[in-house]
Amino acid sequence: MSIRVGESASAPSFQQAALALLDDTQLRRNVRHATDVITRKRGLVVGEQADWQALRDAGSAIKRHTLRHLDEYLLQFEQAFTAAGGHVHWATDADEANRIIVGLVKQHGGKEVIKIKTMTSDEIGLNPALEAAGIHPHETDLADMIVQLGADKPSHIVVPALHKNRQQVREIFARAMNLPDLGDRPEDLTAAARRYLREKFLKVKIGVSGANFLIAETGGVCIVESEGNGRMCLTLPEVLVAVAGIEKVIPRFADLEVMLQLLPRSATGERMNPYNSIWTGVHEGDGPREFHLVLLDNGRTKVLANPEARETLHCIRCGACLNTCPVYRQTGGHAYGSIYAGPIGAILTPQLHGMQHSQSLPYASSLCGACYEVCPVKINIPEVLVHLRGKIVEEQSANVESVAMKAMAMVFRSPRRFEAAQRLGRIGQWPFISGGWIRNLPGMLGNWTAVRDLKPMPQQSFREWWKQREKSNG
Amino acid sequence: MAETRELMLARIREAIAVQHGPELPLPRDYERQGSLSAEARVETLLDRLREYDAQIYEASSENVATTVTNLCRQRQVKSLVVPEGFPAEWLPAFGGMIPEGELDRKPLSEIEAVLTTCTVAIAHTGSLVLRHGPGEGTRRLTLLPDLHICIVREEQVVETVPEAFDALREYVTAPITFISGPSATADIEMTRIRGVHGPRYLDVVLVRG
Amino acid sequence: MQITLFITCYNDTLFPETGISVVRLLERLGHEVVFPLAQTCCGQMHYNTGYQQEALPLMRQFVETFRNAETICIPSSSCVAMIRDHYPKMAEASGDAALAEEVAALLPRVFELTELLTDKLGLEDVGAYYPHRVTYHASCHSLRGLQLGDRPLRLLRKVRGIDLVELANIDQCCGFGGTFAVKNGEVSAAMLAEKMRCVENTGAEICTAVDNSCLMHIFGGLHRQRTGIRTVHLAEILASDGSGA
Repeated sequence: MSIRVGESASAPSFQQAALALLDDTQLRRNVRHATDVITRKRGLVVGEQADWQALRDAGSAIKRHTLRHLDEYLLQFEQAFTAAGGHVHWATDADEANRIIVGLVKQHGGKEVIKIKTMTSDEIGLNPALEAAGIHPHETDLADMIVQLGADKPSHIVVPALHKNRQQVREIFARAMNLPDLGDRPEDLTAAARRYLREKFLKVKIGVSGANFLIAETGGVCIVESEGNGRMCLTLPEVLVAVAGIEKVIPRFADLEVMLQLLPRSATGERMNPYNSIWTGVHEGDGPREFHLVLLDNGRTKVLANPEARETLHCIRCGACLNTCPVYRQTGGHAYGSIYAGPIGAILTPQLHGMQHSQSLPYASSLCGACYEVCPVKINIPEVLVHLRGKIVEEQSANVESVAMKAMAMVFRSPRRFEAAQRLGRIGQWPFISGGWIRNLPGMLGNWTAVRDLKPMPQQSFREWWKQREKSNG
Repeated sequence: MAETRELMLARIREAIAVQHGPELPLPRDYERQGSLSAEARVETLLDRLREYDAQIYEASSENVATTVTNLCRQRQVKSLVVPEGFPAEWLPAFGGMIPEGELDRKPLSEIEAVLTTCTVAIAHTGSLVLRHGPGEGTRRLTLLPDLHICIVREEQVVETVPEAFDALREYVTAPITFISGPSATADIEMTRIRGVHGPRYLDVVLVRG
Repeated sequence: MQITLFITCYNDTLFPETGISVVRLLERLGHEVVFPLAQTCCGQMHYNTGYQQEALPLMRQFVETFRNAETICIPSSSCVAMIRDHYPKMAEASGDAALAEEVAALLPRVFELTELLTDKLGLEDVGAYYPHRVTYHASCHSLRGLQLGDRPLRLLRKVRGIDLVELANIDQCCGFGGTFAVKNGEVSAAMLAEKMRCVENTGAEICTAVDNSCLMHIFGGLHRQRTGIRTVHLAEILASDGSGA
């Protein structure tokens, strides 16, 4: 089995990566600006939606129900999709999915494909697989183009180039499209992308996409987008190959009435994004004449098997948790070493991957709860983070931290030992006190005193004060 | 391949056999039916479409053709494709008109504008919904031209998203496109910029009465 | 009313003045305060860091110590959140049905300090006098965990002499997060820097909160930067009556 989540297996720990990124003032400014704008917009359109909490409840319940009957809904989807002229493929892992997709493209003699933004394809590393087979993938989503042309990595699940500002995008486009006089207004940049891609849209015969929702009842697929590149890729080519995680299925067509209210408001802070396409299989005279869909596991069934964390699979990839996360807002997405960044990435990546990788991710959170509050399908991310921390602790061998934590638990288990430890602490701290303050601690605790002073332990604990008072009160 | 399918299904069944809480009924306490008056519903739709940078025109059922003719003239449109099944009485008096059936005369990518009807419009989100039936054209027809002119009849406007899904109940397997404004992106600094790959201009003609 | 105090381990050890203030305040309001000496820690740090096994006996100990208490007051929203949000699940997972039942019976009697004052005792004006410019930091557990809403502010607004100033970006985490502040020290410091900027911009002398954990972190930074701004637990403000006691 080769479960892969982008290149996260070889990524440095969150702490290491964050350290470097915190020094990139330009990146931090870009991330801050973009997340400020989007959280403000989201706040407005969520605030005006009077039934928002009821929609969240419905969205969460639909997802929970679907996962519980996932085999049935996938089979129902497969049957309806096939009856409508589509072909379903099943893939247990990244390599298998890539083999299927590369095989389909080759079978149709394709040397290039046009791609709609799909995080799933980044997850499985589809682009390198296509390139290795001599097939050139053209990313057509503006942000994906910025990342592809700049040989960069995505830093956000909805806006992968969120870490770049207009001047930086201008540099990338000017070089890659050979447009030395390109301006840096967003309008200039979108116009350049339009000209650059128009000919590809009309010429390339094979499209590759992801899917936002698969509809079991009808065999339909729903794709949510803004630019129209999605509509181009899924209607102009002769062959369309889509790849989707098995958790993307929803039971009924009408369930979209919930999802299509939750997703745009959460993702881009819009009442509705410019385009949603919903279609079923192959339509005579309208769109591709061949439609393949690859259903991907790649670790998802492992997540599904864990009752404490399976709600991770509710995710509809809106990115609201990234935008609101105070940690993400400091570091941006690259620190997470995964194409799935931010709070959702911190729970999804290690679970898909196995806990031996990405061990630092469940700790990349202050557990402030902002992610849970904004999640449109009510994934309790802090709770899953804590659960994953528990698994890491369970699987690790003894180390300084675990010994200290266990010793402290021992102390807390007895009020007598606790009191003794308080007394001992007061004595033990004196070598670190200077001028009435603790300013420099050794080891891991040095991370505290790097930027913060610490008041020494007072001479009398609360319980000592209490006991003294009781005594004097007789 | 059949083996992979069975393997995956087996894994899924094994996974979902692990401990679940009680199966609860799906809560659907969100708003289904809107509460606005017909007039307010239409005004909301138009306001929200304007926010998306769509251009709004209003017409009575008698002067739709004239309104479209005028706006084509105003926009200096030279070629306009019209899908099959578009109401004949609404056809503009306009030389550059090309029926969908005659697209071999001129490739779609070179045509400037497209004129369609829609199936339903959603006030709450400012969305036009096309199911690509008669008068609405194939999906590519409303995609490649730079201007999309869409005719919306007053009585097609619903208030909420669930009401729109009720209206689509007969068309669940049709190709459906929700259009909420001209093509746009927020990929650069999260600012919505009009016009990327789809039509950069969306003109909506609201037909009253 | 008899009120049983769970002071929490870090208040006991590092912030005795907070506990003393809670006692003075509640006694001034005419209540009897009880402090069981068998108490230590709710297990939050262990639980949140992944040492859930170690947290379980601490929960048992808490239940044991407070099982007969009528009203439990805790001057720390994060410890209340630990008890309210995690104890029922931990008890259930332990497979001990009697324990789960006891936890369920205990929870309605657990109150964070401002919950106790506003909800249980129906108070807003507790007779405090505090002539300082103060800004209130809403800790994440108070805001999103317990959903305290404006309870702390309602109490603060009734304090005589106070000049209460609003903190910008009040819903943003200060970057403490328990062991997060040590494990991800640099990111925590970046978050702290932003919080300190907001605190300084208020022009307040005092930054208050219902959690000494955040305040220890915020004050650590403010002191290192020589800002002159102090942090004070809300209980200490409410306990001040101008007598200087």
